[in-house]
Amino acid sequence: MGLGFSDADLQAIWLTARLAGLTTVLLLIIGTPIAWWLARTRSRLKAVVGAVVALPLVLPATVMGFYLLLVMGPQGPVGQLTQSLGIGLLPFTFWGLLLASVFYSMPFVVQPIQNAIEALGERPLEVAATLRAGPWDRFFTVVVPLARPGFFTAAILGFAHTVGEFGVVLMIGGNIPGATRVVSVQIYDYVEAMDYAQAHWLAGSMVVFSFVVLLALYTLNPQVRRF
Amino acid sequence: MRSFSSLLAIALIFTLAVAQAEEVTVAVAANFTAPMQEIATAFAEDTEHQARTAFASSGRFYAQIHNGAPFEVFLSADETTPARLAEDGMTVPDTRFTYAQGSLVLWSADPERIPAGEGAAVLHAGDFRKLAIANPRTAPYGAAAIAVMQALGVEDSLRPKFVQGENLPQTYQFISTGNAELGFVALSQVIKDGEISAGSGWLVPEELHAPIRQDAVLLTRGADNPAARALLDYLQGERAQAIIRAYGYHLPN
Repeated sequence: MGLGFSDADLQAIWLTARLAGLTTVLLLIIGTPIAWWLARTRSRLKAVVGAVVALPLVLPATVMGFYLLLVMGPQGPVGQLTQSLGIGLLPFTFWGLLLASVFYSMPFVVQPIQNAIEALGERPLEVAATLRAGPWDRFFTVVVPLARPGFFTAAILGFAHTVGEFGVVLMIGGNIPGATRVVSVQIYDYVEAMDYAQAHWLAGSMVVFSFVVLLALYTLNPQVRRF
Repeated sequence: MRSFSSLLAIALIFTLAVAQAEEVTVAVAANFTAPMQEIATAFAEDTEHQARTAFASSGRFYAQIHNGAPFEVFLSADETTPARLAEDGMTVPDTRFTYAQGSLVLWSADPERIPAGEGAAVLHAGDFRKLAIANPRTAPYGAAAIAVMQALGVEDSLRPKFVQGENLPQTYQFISTGNAELGFVALSQVIKDGEISAGSGWLVPEELHAPIRQDAVLLTRGADNPAARALLDYLQGERAQAIIRAYGYHLPN
C-alpha cells in the first residue's frame, strides 16, 4: 500500500505504464516512416493514408472496440491468422490491447512528426545531399535533430493518449487484473461499485498526471499547435 | 388581437392534452432491457402514459440519480442499490418492491458446447480457454456466477480463465462473438418463446446461488407524477407479469 492506492491500483498503474510505454516505442518506429512519407509524397494516396491514420480521432471507441473484437475474434481475419500461427486469440490479452493502442494512438504520434518534417522543407535535405550525405545519414543527422520538437510532442502525446484510453480497452479487454485492467478501467469499476473514495485517489491522480504532462509539453515546446 | 387569443387557446388545449398523457422517465437495469421495451409498449397501449426508458448498470444509475439525473422510477438489477438510495433519502418511502427475480444461465454460442443438463460437468472439465462473467463487484449476476462456481468447487481452477464484462450485455457480446467459448448471462438475454434460442445453455439450479431479486422504487423526483405511480402499478399487473415471465424471470411468491 502506497498513499491511498490498493495493491490492485498499483498493479493497474504499472500495467498502464507498460502498455503506454510499449505503445509509444512501437508507434515511433512504425509512425515515423508513415509521417515521413505523408510529409514528402506527392502521391494521390496521401489523402487516403492520411485519412486512415486520422480515423481514431473521430471514431467512437464503441465502433473501434466492436470491430476489433470481431476482427481479432475466432471468425475474424486477424483471429484466424493468430490462431494459425499458434498465438491464440488476442482479445482479453495484453498483446491485443497493445495492438489496439497502436492503432488508436497512431494519429497522435504521426501528425506531430509529419508537421515537423513538413516545416523543415526541402532545403536542409538538399544541402545535406550536396554534401554527399546518404538517405539514412540525412534522416538521422538532419531530420531527427531538426524535427526533434515534433518527435518529443509525438512521444508525449502517444504516451498520454494511451494512458487515457478507456472505451476500446473496456470493449476488448475483459477486465483481467495484470493483463488488461488498466487505470481507467479500475476507476470505472470503483465508480460502478459506488466506491467513490478509492475512485477519487486514482481519478485525481489521472488529472494531476495529465495536467503535468501537458504543462511540460507546452513549457518545453511552446510551438505546439496541432495534434 | 383576436389571432393572439386564438393562439393562446390552441396553446392551452395543447398543454391540457399533454397533461393528460403524462410521461415518466425510467432508469432500467441493463439485463431488463428486452422485457422493459415490451412492457413500455404495452403500458402506452393500456394507459394514457408514455415511459421513456434509459438502460445502464445499477451502479451508474446510482451515481446519476445522486447527481440530479431526471429519473422518476428506478428498476434496479439488485436489492441493495434501491436500498442505498432509500437510505440517502432519494426515494419515496414504502414504494420499493421486487418486480422480478432473475435466472442465471451458463451459455455458449456453440450449440455443441454445453450438452443438455451437463453444465456442471462442462465447468468441472474446464476444457475451454475463456469463461465470461459480468463484473461480480458491480453486477449481481456476476456475483451469482461466482457463488455457483464456489458451490461446484471450480472457482479456483477456473479463475485464470475469467474475462469480465462490465455488464450483462457486454458479457453476452464476448460469448456471442466466440471470443469467450462460454459464460454466465441472464436467461432473459438468450431466451425466446420460453426456450434458449441459439447456441447451447444450462439453466443454473436456483439452490446454487442466492436469489437475484430485482427491486423497483419510486424516486423522489417522480413523487408527484401520476405516470410514475401508474408504471409501478402496471409492473405488478397481469400483462406486465406475463411479459416478465416470458423472459425467464420468476415473480416473488
